[in-house]
Amino acid sequence: MKNLMTFPKGGVHPPGKKQLAETREIKNAVIKSVSLVPMSQHLGSPAEPLVSVGDQVREEMMIGKATGYISANIHSPVPGTIKAIKEIYLPNGVKTKALEIEMEGEFDRLGKKREIFPWESLSKKELLQILADMGIVGLGGATFPLNVKYTIPEGSKVEYFVVNGVECEPYLTADHRLMLEKTKEIFEGLAIAHRILSPERIILGIEANKPEAIEVMSRAAKASDLPVTVVPLKVKYPQGDEKQLLKAVTGREVPSGALPLQIGCVVSNVGTIFALYEGVVFRKPLIERVVTVTGGAIKEPANLKARIGTPISALIEECGGFSEEPAKIVMGGPMMGFSVYDLETPVTKGTSGILALTAREIKAASQTPCIQCGRCVKACPMGLNPTKLFKLIDHKQYSAALEEGLQDCKECGCCAFCCPAHIPLVQGMKLGKRVSRIVVKKGKA
Amino acid sequence: MKKTDKRIITTSPQIHHAASTASIMWTVTLCLVPAGIWGVYIFGLRALTVVLVSIASALLCELLASLAKGKITLGDGSAFLTGILVGYNMPATVPLYIPVIASAFAIIVVKWSFGGLGANWMNPALAGRVFVFFSWTGGMTTWKTPATWAVDAGTYATPLGAVKAGLMDFTGKAQNSLDFLSQAGYPESSMGHAVAEWFSGTLNLSLSPAKVDLFVGNVPGCIGEVSALLLLLGALVLFIKKIITWEIPVTYLATFSILVWIFGGTRFGNGAFQGDLVFHLFSGGLILGAFYMATDMVTSPVTRKGMIIFGIGTGFLTFLIRFYGSFPEGVSLAIILMNIFVPLINKYTGPKRFGYVKKEKGK
Repeated sequence: MKNLMTFPKGGVHPPGKKQLAETREIKNAVIKSVSLVPMSQHLGSPAEPLVSVGDQVREEMMIGKATGYISANIHSPVPGTIKAIKEIYLPNGVKTKALEIEMEGEFDRLGKKREIFPWESLSKKELLQILADMGIVGLGGATFPLNVKYTIPEGSKVEYFVVNGVECEPYLTADHRLMLEKTKEIFEGLAIAHRILSPERIILGIEANKPEAIEVMSRAAKASDLPVTVVPLKVKYPQGDEKQLLKAVTGREVPSGALPLQIGCVVSNVGTIFALYEGVVFRKPLIERVVTVTGGAIKEPANLKARIGTPISALIEECGGFSEEPAKIVMGGPMMGFSVYDLETPVTKGTSGILALTAREIKAASQTPCIQCGRCVKACPMGLNPTKLFKLIDHKQYSAALEEGLQDCKECGCCAFCCPAHIPLVQGMKLGKRVSRIVVKKGKA
Repeated sequence: MKKTDKRIITTSPQIHHAASTASIMWTVTLCLVPAGIWGVYIFGLRALTVVLVSIASALLCELLASLAKGKITLGDGSAFLTGILVGYNMPATVPLYIPVIASAFAIIVVKWSFGGLGANWMNPALAGRVFVFFSWTGGMTTWKTPATWAVDAGTYATPLGAVKAGLMDFTGKAQNSLDFLSQAGYPESSMGHAVAEWFSGTLNLSLSPAKVDLFVGNVPGCIGEVSALLLLLGALVLFIKKIITWEIPVTYLATFSILVWIFGGTRFGNGAFQGDLVFHLFSGGLILGAFYMATDMVTSPVTRKGMIIFGIGTGFLTFLIRFYGSFPEGVSLAIILMNIFVPLINKYTGPKRFGYVKKEKGK
């Protein structure tokens, strides 16, 4: 087990901190009387509300309809009444409509035995339609609508279906717990995905800091009829990024600007596979997900199955509240997540974790000029020169920045994490991408 | 639970590596301290005065320059480090106005006229040293006799200087530099003899006292450069803390060693491949230069490839100046000459981008 595979270039080793929550079993979170359900919880165009103020909704009823090709349906997490339709800002800066639902009436599904729908006889097209109907999106972070991702164009072939059990973000343990507790369900989900994608092989990549998950999944893989191989990987961030994961497990490089399908691969997160299982087998829309609530300032870290729309304050309270005043509240992982100030911010489909971090954990320091140490260059998994890009953007040289590969940057945060000058490199890249899109478009017009 | 204004909102990443510019600068400074203590031990309190004056004038200049820019930057530790390096590059007997001018040149002309930390294109401490070296060569080349020598003379030539000067009108026959020095009656310390005897008695290894003196630092020279042993210990800490990486020091020393090994013997009438490696590695400012100055982040390339080119170039130039130049030592000049090439090296040694293999071939 010494020579574990990993991606060759760049990457960093932030403190893992998985031990805070990795032994906590997934439990159902409290359902609050008021839920706030944003219409933009996925990549692509926001969903259009199907209900108006005063309408009654039932649990799991579709309340937001996908608009356009890349979009996803939204369902009501609770039965109740629509109290208001608000405009809110999500932590990632997206402004979106959100439905405020006051819980009322009876739950149709919660606590009741669910009907099982056989899927073996369904066609690919029917299965994809179910994924679209159930509003399933990728739960690894990008929240890309799954039915779109799994629609393989004519002439393309999936050689490898790579399942992402890496969970390379520090602190987060939701996928880890799912692999341990829902092994059977995940394998049935794999069977469904196998049916849709017909890959030659299924590769399940898990980082070596989850030995239990590797063992459990390997045992299940042996017992399964599917061509699944479990590949233990050397711990290194950002291995859970699809490009790095594919490089690690297949040795192939996704060309710049292309999708994994170009090299015959499709990647999905284990959490997504579980959602797919529930969506197809129970026809259960994506109204809840596992959220790791953890961090040095959380009294009792936990992995909670929370309904979409639950305010994060409710989940933090359920974990005993704060053990000390946190310096930062983060939604998502510490490397790519967003810091929030409003604890009423709702859980969305993309919320993998809620972190309350202490000052000792975030290690903030004041910014100094770049000292050309080259650590960002060594750390960048995409082979970019972050300090150069940052300076180009700072000097508004957008087309030069684009030539230097600005669009290849996926904001994984390796550069800014290790920058001793504490330069907000990722902030620069995000800004540069947005502005360059506008500037370059104008220049061409 | 209510909103509080105390919480920090930043873009990702939300956590950070423990290193900061200040922590790097102060760690390097701390790693330099043992070698300085040794310098004060063998050259006396005057050496301490020189180092303190260098640091104080560097700090003062940094304060003035940064005040002019509106933000005091003493806390980042870079001016203190420049000051200590200027002091370490001075002989103990130097008139005190020389380190003051060297520090001022380093901080104000080399560093701040280009915009302060990170903007300079030459190592400030070395540029300061080279500036005063050419301006007051006499003061910069008078060397105090180490206290560990049983010699009456107050000043003495450095080993490199003695070899370079002595070889000019040398008509006798010597095997190598150390043989030449011993023929010329170059002093050795009693500590060197004791260690060499212990080696031959206990370990049955023959080791000349002169080599021990070079390695430990019982020789005249600049205050901070003489003790290769303590500088290497400090460098080890820097390696462990990952503040310096192997590329520059290893390629620098390797290039230099190979060239010395091949050509170093010729000036004693020996054939190729008979150079005196140990003598050249541990004399002069090579260790200080290779581990603490050539590795200066601001003035060295950012990629591994670039660092290797930089190290090879520095090793080559050091060899060239030491063996064929008119000065006995070439480390400072070699490093600042290579500093000039860094932007060019950076331009042509960019990292290999992910996902571009096939595309480039296709074009």
